[in-house]
Amino acid sequence: MCGITGLFLKNRELTKDLGALFEPMLLQMSQRGPDSAGFAIYRDPTSAPRIKVVLQSSDPAFDWQELAAVLQASLDPDLTITPIHNHCLVLLAADEATFKQALAQSLKALPSPPALTRDPVNIVSIGRHIEIYKEVGTPQDVATCFGLSEMAGSHAIGHTRMATESAVTTAGSHPFSTGRDVCLVHNGSLSNHNWLRRNLISQGAVFTTDNDTEVAAQYFDIKLQQGASLEEAMTSALGDLDGFYTFCIGTSNGFAVLRDPIACKPAVMAETDDWVAIGSEFRALAELPDIGHAEIWEPEPAVPYLWENALDVPLAL
Amino acid sequence: MFRLHSDGNKTMERLFDLAETPLRELNQALHDCLPDDATSVWRIVNPKGEHAVACGIDTPAEVQIQGHVGYYCAGMNKQAHVIIHGNAGTGVAENMMSGLVRVKGNASQSAGATGHGGLLVIEGNAAARCGISLKGLHIVVHGSVGHMSGFMAQKGVLVVCGDAGHALGDSIYEAKIFLKGKADELGADCVEKNMAEEHLTFLAALLETAEVNEDPATFRRYGSARSLYNFDIDDADAFS
Repeated sequence: MCGITGLFLKNRELTKDLGALFEPMLLQMSQRGPDSAGFAIYRDPTSAPRIKVVLQSSDPAFDWQELAAVLQASLDPDLTITPIHNHCLVLLAADEATFKQALAQSLKALPSPPALTRDPVNIVSIGRHIEIYKEVGTPQDVATCFGLSEMAGSHAIGHTRMATESAVTTAGSHPFSTGRDVCLVHNGSLSNHNWLRRNLISQGAVFTTDNDTEVAAQYFDIKLQQGASLEEAMTSALGDLDGFYTFCIGTSNGFAVLRDPIACKPAVMAETDDWVAIGSEFRALAELPDIGHAEIWEPEPAVPYLWENALDVPLAL
Repeated sequence: MFRLHSDGNKTMERLFDLAETPLRELNQALHDCLPDDATSVWRIVNPKGEHAVACGIDTPAEVQIQGHVGYYCAGMNKQAHVIIHGNAGTGVAENMMSGLVRVKGNASQSAGATGHGGLLVIEGNAAARCGISLKGLHIVVHGSVGHMSGFMAQKGVLVVCGDAGHALGDSIYEAKIFLKGKADELGADCVEKNMAEEHLTFLAALLETAEVNEDPATFRRYGSARSLYNFDIDDADAFS
Protein backbone atom coordinates (compact mmCIF):
# COMPACT_ATOMS: atom_id res chain seq x y z
CA MET A 1 0.00 0.00 0.00
CA CYS A 2 2.04 2.99 1.31
CA GLY A 3 0.90 6.59 1.78
CA ILE A 4 2.40 9.71 0.32
CA THR A 5 1.98 13.33 1.29
CA GLY A 6 3.38 16.61 0.05
CA LEU A 7 2.84 20.23 1.04
CA PHE A 8 4.20 23.22 -0.87
CA LEU A 9 3.66 26.65 0.64
CA LYS A 10 2.91 29.75 -1.40
CA ASN A 11 2.32 32.08 1.58
CA ARG A 12 5.42 33.11 3.55
CA GLU A 13 3.34 33.51 6.73
CA LEU A 14 2.77 29.76 6.85
CA THR A 15 6.42 28.69 6.51
CA LYS A 16 7.02 28.74 10.27
CA ASP A 17 4.15 26.26 10.62
CA LEU A 18 5.19 23.85 7.84
CA GLY A 19 5.98 20.99 10.21
CA ALA A 20 2.84 21.57 12.28
CA LEU A 21 0.70 21.49 9.12
CA PHE A 22 2.57 18.55 7.63
CA GLU A 23 2.72 16.17 10.61
CA PRO A 24 -1.07 15.53 10.74
CA MET A 25 -1.01 14.80 6.99
CA LEU A 26 1.64 12.14 7.51
CA LEU A 27 -0.13 10.65 10.54
CA GLN A 28 -3.42 10.37 8.63
CA MET A 29 -1.60 7.99 6.26
CA SER A 30 -0.53 5.65 9.09
CA GLN A 31 -2.96 2.90 8.09
CA ARG A 32 -1.52 2.87 4.57
CA GLY A 33 2.02 2.43 5.86
CA PRO A 34 2.62 1.47 9.48
CA ASP A 35 6.12 -0.06 9.23
CA SER A 36 8.33 2.97 8.49
CA ALA A 37 7.99 6.64 7.72
CA GLY A 38 10.09 9.52 6.56
CA PHE A 39 10.00 13.04 5.28
CA ALA A 40 12.07 15.53 3.35
CA ILE A 41 11.89 19.11 4.50
CA TYR A 42 13.21 21.99 2.41
CA ARG A 43 14.47 24.88 4.52
CA ASP A 44 17.39 27.08 5.43
CA PRO A 45 19.29 27.00 2.14
CA THR A 46 23.05 27.27 2.57
CA SER A 47 25.13 29.71 0.53
CA ALA A 48 27.63 28.09 -1.83
CA PRO A 49 30.12 26.58 -1.28
CA ARG A 50 28.45 25.39 1.92
CA ILE A 51 26.25 22.29 1.70
CA LYS A 52 24.16 20.42 4.22
CA VAL A 53 24.15 16.70 4.72
CA VAL A 54 21.95 14.48 6.86
CA LEU A 55 23.73 11.37 8.11
CA GLN A 56 22.19 8.38 9.87
CA SER A 57 23.65 5.63 12.01
CA SER A 58 21.90 2.45 13.11
CA ASP A 59 24.26 2.42 16.12
CA PRO A 60 22.54 4.48 18.84
CA ALA A 61 25.89 5.02 20.57
CA PHE A 62 27.64 6.37 17.49
CA ASP A 63 29.83 9.35 18.46
CA TRP A 64 29.00 12.19 16.06
CA GLN A 65 31.39 14.58 17.82
CA GLU A 66 34.26 12.26 17.10
CA LEU A 67 33.36 12.08 13.40
CA ALA A 68 32.95 15.85 13.29
CA ALA A 69 36.44 16.37 14.74
CA VAL A 70 38.00 14.13 12.06
CA LEU A 71 36.07 15.91 9.28
CA GLN A 72 36.99 19.34 10.66
CA ALA A 73 40.65 18.39 10.56
CA SER A 74 40.53 16.92 7.07
CA LEU A 75 37.88 18.95 5.24
CA ASP A 76 36.47 22.09 6.81
CA PRO A 77 37.39 23.57 10.23
CA ASP A 78 34.02 25.43 10.25
CA LEU A 79 31.96 22.22 9.91
CA THR A 80 29.07 22.11 12.38
CA ILE A 81 26.87 19.23 13.46
CA THR A 82 23.38 18.97 14.97
CA PRO A 83 22.48 15.43 16.07
CA ILE A 84 18.71 14.72 15.81
CA HIS A 85 17.70 11.30 17.20
CA ASN A 86 19.93 8.85 15.28
CA HIS A 87 20.42 11.30 12.40
CA CYS A 88 22.89 14.15 12.29
CA LEU A 89 22.68 17.38 10.29
CA VAL A 90 26.10 18.47 9.06
CA LEU A 91 26.87 21.90 7.56
CA LEU A 92 30.17 22.39 5.79
CA ALA A 93 31.90 23.90 2.79
CA ALA A 94 32.63 21.21 0.19
CA ASP A 95 31.16 19.74 -2.96
CA GLU A 96 29.09 16.56 -2.71
CA ALA A 97 31.69 14.23 -4.22
CA THR A 98 34.52 15.52 -2.03
CA PHE A 99 32.37 15.14 1.07
CA LYS A 100 31.42 11.55 0.21
CA GLN A 101 35.08 10.66 -0.26
CA ALA A 102 36.13 12.43 2.96
CA LEU A 103 33.35 10.72 4.94
CA ALA A 104 34.47 7.25 3.80
CA GLN A 105 38.07 8.03 4.81
CA SER A 106 37.08 9.63 8.11
CA LEU A 107 35.07 6.58 9.16
CA LYS A 108 38.24 4.50 8.80
CA ALA A 109 40.25 7.08 10.76
CA LEU A 110 37.97 7.36 13.82
CA PRO A 111 39.94 7.14 17.12
CA SER A 112 37.48 4.55 18.42
CA PRO A 113 36.29 2.18 15.64
CA PRO A 114 32.48 2.12 15.25
CA ALA A 115 30.56 -0.85 16.63
CA LEU A 116 28.96 -1.47 13.22
CA THR A 117 31.63 -2.55 10.80
CA ARG A 118 29.34 -2.40 7.76
CA ASP A 119 27.79 0.98 6.87
CA PRO A 120 28.30 2.58 10.31
CA VAL A 121 27.00 5.84 8.83
CA ASN A 122 24.75 6.42 5.83
CA ILE A 123 24.12 9.60 3.86
CA VAL A 124 20.36 10.23 3.94
CA SER A 125 20.32 13.51 2.05
CA ILE A 126 22.80 15.93 0.59
CA GLY A 127 22.26 19.31 -1.02
CA ARG A 128 21.74 22.95 -0.12
CA HIS A 129 18.02 22.95 0.80
CA ILE A 130 16.97 19.39 1.58
CA GLU A 131 16.96 17.51 4.89
CA ILE A 132 15.59 13.97 5.02
CA TYR A 133 14.69 12.14 8.22
CA LYS A 134 13.40 8.58 8.01
CA GLU A 135 13.18 5.58 10.26
CA VAL A 136 11.53 2.25 10.92
CA GLY A 137 8.48 2.59 13.19
CA THR A 138 5.00 4.06 13.17
CA PRO A 139 4.59 7.45 11.51
CA GLN A 140 3.76 8.93 14.94
CA ASP A 141 6.99 7.60 16.46
CA VAL A 142 9.04 8.79 13.52
CA ALA A 143 7.50 12.27 13.46
CA THR A 144 7.97 12.63 17.21
CA CYS A 145 11.57 11.44 17.39
CA PHE A 146 12.67 14.00 14.79
CA GLY A 147 10.45 16.83 16.08
CA LEU A 148 8.67 17.29 12.74
CA SER A 149 5.91 19.52 14.13
CA GLU A 150 8.48 22.15 15.20
CA MET A 151 10.13 22.42 11.79
CA ALA A 152 9.79 25.47 9.54
CA GLY A 153 10.35 25.33 5.80
CA SER A 154 9.03 26.01 2.31
CA HIS A 155 7.88 22.52 1.31
CA ALA A 156 7.86 18.95 2.56
CA ILE A 157 7.41 15.48 1.06
CA GLY A 158 6.50 12.50 3.23
CA HIS A 159 5.92 8.77 3.06
CA THR A 160 4.43 6.03 5.22
CA ARG A 161 5.62 2.60 4.18
CA MET A 162 4.08 -0.86 3.92
CA ALA A 163 7.03 -2.76 2.49
CA THR A 164 6.44 -5.10 -0.44
CA GLU A 165 9.57 -5.12 -2.60
CA SER A 166 12.42 -5.07 -0.07
CA ALA A 167 13.30 -5.24 3.62
CA VAL A 168 11.89 -3.03 6.38
CA THR A 169 15.00 -0.98 7.14
CA THR A 170 15.88 2.68 7.55
CA ALA A 171 17.67 2.58 4.20
CA GLY A 172 14.61 1.04 2.55
CA SER A 173 12.35 3.80 3.89
CA HIS A 174 11.34 6.77 1.78
CA PRO A 175 12.09 9.50 0.73
CA PHE A 176 14.96 8.34 -1.46
CA SER A 177 17.52 10.89 -2.43
CA THR A 178 20.56 10.56 -4.62
CA GLY A 179 21.84 14.07 -4.00
CA ARG A 180 21.47 17.53 -5.47
CA ASP A 181 18.38 18.32 -3.38
CA VAL A 182 16.18 15.87 -5.30
CA CYS A 183 14.08 13.29 -3.46
CA LEU A 184 11.35 10.87 -4.36
CA VAL A 185 8.50 9.10 -2.57
CA HIS A 186 6.59 6.29 -4.22
CA ASN A 187 3.32 4.46 -3.76
CA GLY A 188 3.31 1.35 -5.92
CA SER A 189 5.81 -1.14 -7.27
CA LEU A 190 7.99 -1.15 -10.36
CA SER A 191 8.10 -4.35 -12.38
CA ASN A 192 11.20 -3.61 -14.50
CA HIS A 193 13.44 -2.29 -11.73
CA ASN A 194 16.12 -5.00 -12.04
CA TRP A 195 16.59 -4.28 -15.72
CA LEU A 196 16.57 -0.53 -15.09
CA ARG A 197 19.06 -0.89 -12.23
CA ARG A 198 21.56 -2.70 -14.48
CA ASN A 199 21.04 -0.06 -17.14
CA LEU A 200 21.57 2.82 -14.67
CA ILE A 201 24.67 1.16 -13.15
CA SER A 202 26.18 1.12 -16.63
CA GLN A 203 25.56 4.88 -16.72
CA GLY A 204 27.42 5.38 -13.45
CA ALA A 205 24.69 5.10 -10.80
CA VAL A 206 25.69 3.65 -7.42
CA PHE A 207 22.93 1.79 -5.51
CA THR A 208 22.74 1.27 -1.77
CA THR A 209 19.59 -0.92 -1.52
CA ASP A 210 17.59 -3.51 -3.50
CA ASN A 211 14.59 -1.20 -3.39
CA ASP A 212 12.61 -0.45 -6.56
CA THR A 213 12.02 3.16 -5.53
CA GLU A 214 15.75 3.82 -5.32
CA VAL A 215 15.87 2.82 -8.99
CA ALA A 216 13.29 5.49 -9.82
CA ALA A 217 15.20 8.08 -7.75
CA GLN A 218 18.43 7.26 -9.60
CA TYR A 219 16.58 7.36 -12.91
CA PHE A 220 15.36 10.92 -12.31
CA ASP A 221 18.74 12.00 -10.95
CA ILE A 222 20.61 10.71 -14.02
CA LYS A 223 18.08 12.31 -16.41
CA LEU A 224 18.46 15.66 -14.60
CA GLN A 225 22.27 15.37 -14.64
CA GLN A 226 22.10 14.71 -18.39
CA GLY A 227 20.40 18.08 -18.76
CA ALA A 228 16.72 17.15 -18.90
CA SER A 229 14.23 19.41 -17.13
CA LEU A 230 12.18 17.73 -14.42
CA GLU A 231 9.16 17.81 -16.72
CA GLU A 232 11.16 16.16 -19.52
CA ALA A 233 12.46 13.54 -17.08
CA MET A 234 8.90 12.76 -15.98
CA THR A 235 7.73 12.44 -19.57
CA SER A 236 10.52 10.00 -20.41
CA ALA A 237 9.82 8.07 -17.18
CA LEU A 238 6.33 7.31 -18.51
CA GLY A 239 7.98 5.30 -21.28
CA ASP A 240 10.86 3.78 -19.31
CA LEU A 241 9.36 2.84 -15.92
CA ASP A 242 7.00 -0.12 -15.97
CA GLY A 243 4.72 -0.81 -13.03
CA PHE A 244 2.44 0.99 -10.66
CA TYR A 245 3.36 4.34 -9.27
CA THR A 246 2.21 7.59 -7.86
CA PHE A 247 5.42 9.59 -7.39
CA CYS A 248 5.94 12.80 -5.52
CA ILE A 249 9.30 14.36 -6.35
CA GLY A 250 10.85 17.14 -4.29
CA THR A 251 13.39 19.58 -5.69
CA SER A 252 15.16 22.61 -4.23
CA ASN A 253 12.52 24.94 -5.58
CA GLY A 254 9.35 22.91 -5.83
CA PHE A 255 7.65 19.57 -6.17
CA ALA A 256 6.14 17.38 -8.84
CA VAL A 257 3.58 14.59 -9.09
CA LEU A 258 3.36 11.76 -11.62
CA ARG A 259 0.97 8.81 -11.88
CA ASP A 260 1.38 5.83 -14.17
CA PRO A 261 -1.05 5.49 -17.11
CA ILE A 262 -3.15 2.80 -15.37
CA ALA A 263 -3.42 4.95 -12.22
CA CYS A 264 -4.37 2.24 -9.71
CA LYS A 265 -2.41 4.01 -6.98
CA PRO A 266 -4.47 6.82 -5.55
CA ALA A 267 -3.73 10.53 -5.30
CA VAL A 268 -5.75 13.60 -4.38
CA MET A 269 -4.49 17.14 -4.81
CA ALA A 270 -5.74 20.42 -3.39
CA GLU A 271 -4.71 24.01 -3.92
CA THR A 272 -5.51 27.39 -2.39
CA ASP A 273 -3.79 30.77 -2.74
CA ASP A 274 -1.60 29.74 0.21
CA TRP A 275 -0.53 26.17 -0.55
CA VAL A 276 -0.60 23.12 -2.84
CA ALA A 277 -0.90 19.65 -1.30
CA ILE A 278 -1.01 16.02 -2.33
CA GLY A 279 -2.14 13.01 -0.34
CA SER A 280 -2.83 9.38 -1.17
CA GLU A 281 -6.29 9.99 0.25
CA PHE A 282 -8.36 13.08 0.96
CA ARG A 283 -8.22 12.55 4.71
CA ALA A 284 -4.52 13.53 4.60
CA LEU A 285 -5.65 16.98 3.45
CA ALA A 286 -8.77 17.33 5.57
CA GLU A 287 -7.24 19.53 8.30
CA LEU A 288 -5.30 21.95 6.09
CA PRO A 289 -6.22 25.63 6.54
CA ASP A 290 -9.15 26.76 4.41
CA ILE A 291 -9.55 23.28 2.86
CA GLY A 292 -13.26 24.10 2.54
CA HIS A 293 -12.42 26.61 -0.20
CA ALA A 294 -9.61 24.66 -1.87
CA GLU A 295 -9.73 23.43 -5.42
CA ILE A 296 -9.62 19.65 -5.08
CA TRP A 297 -8.90 17.22 -7.90
CA GLU A 298 -7.49 13.85 -8.77
CA PRO A 299 -4.30 14.13 -10.84
CA GLU A 300 -4.76 12.67 -14.32
CA PRO A 301 -2.92 9.47 -15.23
CA ALA A 302 0.34 9.98 -17.18
CA VAL A 303 0.27 13.77 -16.80
CA PRO A 304 3.24 15.50 -15.10
CA TYR A 305 2.26 18.11 -12.48
CA LEU A 306 4.89 20.59 -11.35
CA TRP A 307 5.07 23.48 -8.90
CA GLU A 308 8.18 25.64 -8.73
CA ASN A 309 9.51 28.92 -7.30
CA ALA A 310 9.52 27.81 -3.69
CA LEU A 311 9.77 30.50 -1.04
CA ASP A 312 13.25 31.15 0.27
CA VAL A 313 12.98 30.27 3.94
CA PRO A 314 15.80 32.00 5.85
CA LEU A 315 18.29 30.22 8.02
CA ALA A 316 16.82 29.58 11.44
CA LEU A 317 19.43 27.21 12.83
CA MET B 1 -38.63 3.93 -11.75
CA PHE B 2 -36.61 5.55 -8.97
CA ARG B 3 -37.87 7.46 -5.99
CA LEU B 4 -35.60 10.48 -5.89
CA HIS B 5 -37.03 12.75 -3.27
CA SER B 6 -38.03 12.13 0.27
CA ASP B 7 -41.74 11.53 0.53
CA GLY B 8 -42.37 14.45 2.85
CA ASN B 9 -42.72 12.32 5.98
CA LYS B 10 -39.05 12.45 6.81
CA THR B 11 -39.34 15.33 9.20
CA MET B 12 -37.12 14.15 12.02
CA GLU B 13 -33.42 14.71 11.65
CA ARG B 14 -30.72 12.56 13.22
CA LEU B 15 -27.38 14.33 13.34
CA PHE B 16 -24.09 12.43 13.42
CA ASP B 17 -20.90 14.46 13.84
CA LEU B 18 -18.06 12.18 12.78
CA ALA B 19 -15.62 14.48 14.58
CA GLU B 20 -17.22 13.17 17.79
CA THR B 21 -19.06 9.94 16.96
CA PRO B 22 -17.03 6.91 15.83
CA LEU B 23 -17.84 5.79 12.29
CA ARG B 24 -18.73 2.27 13.43
CA GLU B 25 -21.41 3.72 15.68
CA LEU B 26 -22.99 5.55 12.75
CA ASN B 27 -22.89 2.54 10.43
CA GLN B 28 -24.24 0.25 13.16
CA ALA B 29 -27.14 2.66 13.81
CA LEU B 30 -27.92 2.67 10.08
CA HIS B 31 -27.79 -1.15 9.98
CA ASP B 32 -30.07 -1.40 13.03
CA CYS B 33 -32.63 0.96 11.48
CA LEU B 34 -35.78 -0.94 10.54
CA PRO B 35 -37.81 0.16 7.52
CA ASP B 36 -40.65 1.39 9.77
CA ASP B 37 -38.22 3.65 11.63
CA ALA B 38 -36.63 5.05 8.53
CA THR B 39 -38.69 8.18 8.60
CA SER B 40 -35.90 10.50 9.63
CA VAL B 41 -33.22 12.28 7.66
CA TRP B 42 -29.77 11.17 8.72
CA ARG B 43 -27.39 14.11 8.52
CA ILE B 44 -23.67 13.32 8.74
CA VAL B 45 -21.21 16.16 9.28
CA ASN B 46 -17.39 16.24 9.34
CA PRO B 47 -16.78 13.08 7.28
CA LYS B 48 -13.27 14.45 6.49
CA GLY B 49 -12.46 11.76 3.94
CA GLU B 50 -13.29 8.79 6.20
CA HIS B 51 -13.68 5.46 4.43
CA ALA B 52 -16.84 3.31 4.36
CA VAL B 53 -19.24 6.05 5.45
CA ALA B 54 -22.89 4.88 5.28
CA CYS B 55 -22.01 1.42 3.97
CA GLY B 56 -24.31 -1.58 3.89
CA ILE B 57 -27.60 0.23 4.52
CA ASP B 58 -30.73 -1.85 3.92
CA THR B 59 -33.59 0.49 4.77
CA PRO B 60 -35.37 3.34 2.95
CA ALA B 61 -33.56 6.07 4.88
CA GLU B 62 -32.44 9.44 3.54
CA VAL B 63 -28.79 10.12 4.35
CA GLN B 64 -27.24 13.53 3.75
CA ILE B 65 -23.44 13.63 4.04
CA GLN B 66 -22.02 17.14 4.39
CA GLY B 67 -18.46 17.02 3.06
CA HIS B 68 -15.92 14.87 1.25
CA VAL B 69 -15.82 11.11 1.85
CA GLY B 70 -13.09 8.48 1.38
CA TYR B 71 -13.34 4.99 -0.12
CA TYR B 72 -16.47 2.87 -0.63
CA CYS B 73 -19.01 5.39 0.61
CA ALA B 74 -22.56 3.98 0.38
CA GLY B 75 -21.16 0.62 -0.70
CA MET B 76 -23.69 -2.23 -0.99
CA ASN B 77 -26.49 0.28 -0.56
CA LYS B 78 -30.04 -1.13 -0.57
CA GLN B 79 -33.14 1.11 -0.63
CA ALA B 80 -31.53 4.18 0.98
CA HIS B 81 -31.00 7.56 -0.68
CA VAL B 82 -27.49 8.73 0.09
CA ILE B 83 -26.55 12.27 -0.96
CA ILE B 84 -22.87 13.25 -0.71
CA HIS B 85 -22.40 17.03 -0.62
CA GLY B 86 -18.76 16.84 -1.65
CA ASN B 87 -16.32 14.56 -3.47
CA ALA B 88 -16.18 10.80 -3.10
CA GLY B 89 -13.06 8.59 -3.04
CA THR B 90 -12.48 5.23 -4.70
CA GLY B 91 -15.44 2.87 -5.17
CA VAL B 92 -18.37 5.09 -4.22
CA ALA B 93 -21.60 3.02 -4.25
CA GLU B 94 -19.64 -0.10 -5.15
CA ASN B 95 -21.86 -3.16 -5.42
CA MET B 96 -25.00 -1.13 -4.65
CA MET B 97 -28.22 -3.10 -4.96
CA SER B 98 -30.99 -0.49 -5.08
CA GLY B 99 -31.90 3.03 -3.98
CA LEU B 100 -30.07 6.20 -4.95
CA VAL B 101 -26.57 7.52 -4.41
CA ARG B 102 -25.92 11.08 -5.54
CA VAL B 103 -22.45 12.67 -5.48
CA LYS B 104 -22.65 16.46 -5.72
CA GLY B 105 -18.92 16.76 -6.47
CA ASN B 106 -16.45 14.50 -8.28
CA ALA B 107 -15.93 10.78 -7.80
CA SER B 108 -12.60 8.96 -7.83
CA GLN B 109 -11.93 5.68 -9.60
CA SER B 110 -14.22 2.63 -9.78
CA ALA B 111 -17.43 4.54 -9.02
CA GLY B 112 -20.39 2.16 -8.97
CA ALA B 113 -18.15 -0.88 -9.48
CA THR B 114 -20.12 -4.15 -9.80
CA GLY B 115 -23.37 -2.31 -8.95
CA HIS B 116 -26.46 -4.53 -9.25
CA GLY B 117 -29.30 -2.03 -9.16
CA GLY B 118 -30.57 1.43 -8.30
CA LEU B 119 -29.24 4.75 -9.54
CA LEU B 120 -25.87 6.45 -9.04
CA VAL B 121 -25.68 10.10 -10.09
CA ILE B 122 -22.34 11.90 -10.17
CA GLU B 123 -22.82 15.62 -10.72
CA GLY B 124 -19.11 16.27 -11.38
CA ASN B 125 -16.62 14.02 -13.14
CA ALA B 126 -15.76 10.41 -12.42
CA ALA B 127 -12.19 9.09 -12.71
CA ALA B 128 -10.95 5.84 -14.22
CA ARG B 129 -12.95 2.60 -14.35
CA CYS B 130 -16.37 4.13 -13.68
CA GLY B 131 -18.98 1.34 -13.77
CA ILE B 132 -16.39 -1.44 -14.00
CA SER B 133 -18.09 -4.85 -14.07
CA LEU B 134 -21.52 -3.25 -13.91
CA LYS B 135 -24.29 -5.77 -13.14
CA GLY B 136 -27.50 -3.78 -13.46
CA LEU B 137 -26.95 -0.41 -11.78
CA HIS B 138 -27.76 2.74 -13.74
CA ILE B 139 -25.02 5.41 -13.57
CA VAL B 140 -25.48 8.98 -14.80
CA VAL B 141 -22.38 11.20 -14.86
CA HIS B 142 -23.00 14.89 -15.54
CA GLY B 143 -19.34 15.41 -16.43
CA SER B 144 -16.70 13.13 -17.94
CA VAL B 145 -15.34 9.69 -17.06
CA GLY B 146 -11.74 8.40 -17.05
CA HIS B 147 -10.15 5.49 -18.87
CA MET B 148 -11.52 1.94 -18.91
CA SER B 149 -15.00 3.00 -17.86
CA GLY B 150 -17.62 0.30 -18.32
CA PHE B 151 -14.89 -2.38 -18.41
CA MET B 152 -16.53 -5.83 -18.61
CA ALA B 153 -19.91 -4.29 -17.79
CA GLN B 154 -22.48 -7.07 -17.90
CA LYS B 155 -25.82 -5.36 -17.37
CA GLY B 156 -27.06 -1.88 -16.58
CA VAL B 157 -26.49 1.57 -18.04
CA LEU B 158 -23.68 4.13 -18.02
CA VAL B 159 -24.67 7.62 -19.19
CA VAL B 160 -21.87 10.15 -19.67
CA CYS B 161 -22.79 13.75 -20.51
CA GLY B 162 -19.16 14.78 -21.04
CA ASP B 163 -16.29 12.83 -22.57
CA ALA B 164 -14.83 9.39 -21.90
CA GLY B 165 -11.17 8.35 -21.58
CA HIS B 166 -9.35 5.52 -23.31
CA ALA B 167 -10.80 2.03 -23.75
CA LEU B 168 -14.43 2.89 -23.10
CA GLY B 169 -16.51 -0.26 -22.66
CA ASP B 170 -13.58 -2.64 -23.06
CA SER B 171 -14.77 -6.28 -23.13
CA ILE B 172 -18.31 -5.13 -22.45
CA TYR B 173 -21.14 -7.68 -22.20
CA GLU B 174 -24.77 -6.54 -22.28
CA ALA B 175 -24.59 -3.18 -20.49
CA LYS B 176 -25.51 -0.04 -22.46
CA ILE B 177 -23.38 3.09 -22.69
CA PHE B 178 -24.79 6.48 -23.72
CA LEU B 179 -22.12 9.12 -24.40
CA LYS B 180 -22.72 12.74 -25.35
CA GLY B 181 -19.11 13.82 -25.86
CA LYS B 182 -16.18 11.99 -27.38
CA ALA B 183 -14.38 8.85 -26.30
CA ASP B 184 -10.57 8.94 -26.56
CA GLU B 185 -10.87 5.40 -27.88
CA LEU B 186 -13.35 2.54 -27.70
CA GLY B 187 -12.19 -0.60 -25.89
CA ALA B 188 -11.99 -4.07 -27.41
CA ASP B 189 -15.36 -5.36 -28.65
CA CYS B 190 -17.15 -2.06 -27.89
CA VAL B 191 -18.95 -0.55 -30.87
CA GLU B 192 -21.38 2.25 -31.62
CA LYS B 193 -24.99 1.14 -32.04
CA ASN B 194 -28.07 2.82 -33.46
CA MET B 195 -30.30 5.01 -31.28
CA ALA B 196 -33.78 3.60 -31.83
CA GLU B 197 -36.95 5.19 -30.51
CA GLU B 198 -36.96 2.86 -27.50
CA HIS B 199 -33.45 4.01 -26.55
CA LEU B 200 -34.41 7.69 -26.83
CA THR B 201 -37.46 7.13 -24.65
CA PHE B 202 -35.48 5.16 -22.07
CA LEU B 203 -32.66 7.75 -21.95
CA ALA B 204 -35.09 10.68 -21.70
CA ALA B 205 -36.71 9.10 -18.63
CA LEU B 206 -33.36 8.31 -17.03
CA LEU B 207 -31.99 11.83 -17.63
CA GLU B 208 -35.10 13.32 -16.11
CA THR B 209 -34.87 11.07 -13.08
CA ALA B 210 -31.21 12.00 -12.66
CA GLU B 211 -32.13 15.68 -13.00
CA VAL B 212 -29.92 16.27 -16.01
CA ASN B 213 -31.08 18.83 -18.54
CA GLU B 214 -29.78 17.20 -21.74
CA ASP B 215 -31.41 16.28 -25.04
CA PRO B 216 -31.33 12.48 -25.46
CA ALA B 217 -30.95 12.92 -29.22
CA THR B 218 -27.45 14.37 -28.68
CA PHE B 219 -26.15 11.08 -27.22
CA ARG B 220 -24.63 8.11 -29.02
CA ARG B 221 -25.18 4.56 -27.87
CA TYR B 222 -22.38 2.01 -27.45
CA GLY B 223 -22.47 -1.66 -26.62
CA SER B 224 -20.92 -5.04 -27.26
CA ALA B 225 -20.06 -6.33 -30.74
CA ARG B 226 -20.43 -9.76 -29.03
CA SER B 227 -17.37 -11.11 -30.81
CA LEU B 228 -15.30 -11.65 -27.65
CA TYR B 229 -17.61 -13.66 -25.48
CA ASN B 230 -19.20 -15.89 -28.09
CA PHE B 231 -17.41 -18.99 -29.26
CA ASP B 232 -16.49 -18.80 -32.94
CA ILE B 233 -16.31 -22.17 -34.67
CA ASP B 234 -13.36 -20.89 -36.72
CA ASP B 235 -11.36 -20.67 -33.47
CA ALA B 236 -11.97 -24.35 -32.64
CA ASP B 237 -8.36 -25.28 -33.46
CA ALA B 238 -7.11 -23.06 -30.67
CA PHE B 239 -8.86 -25.32 -28.12
CA SER B 240 -8.01 -28.73 -29.60
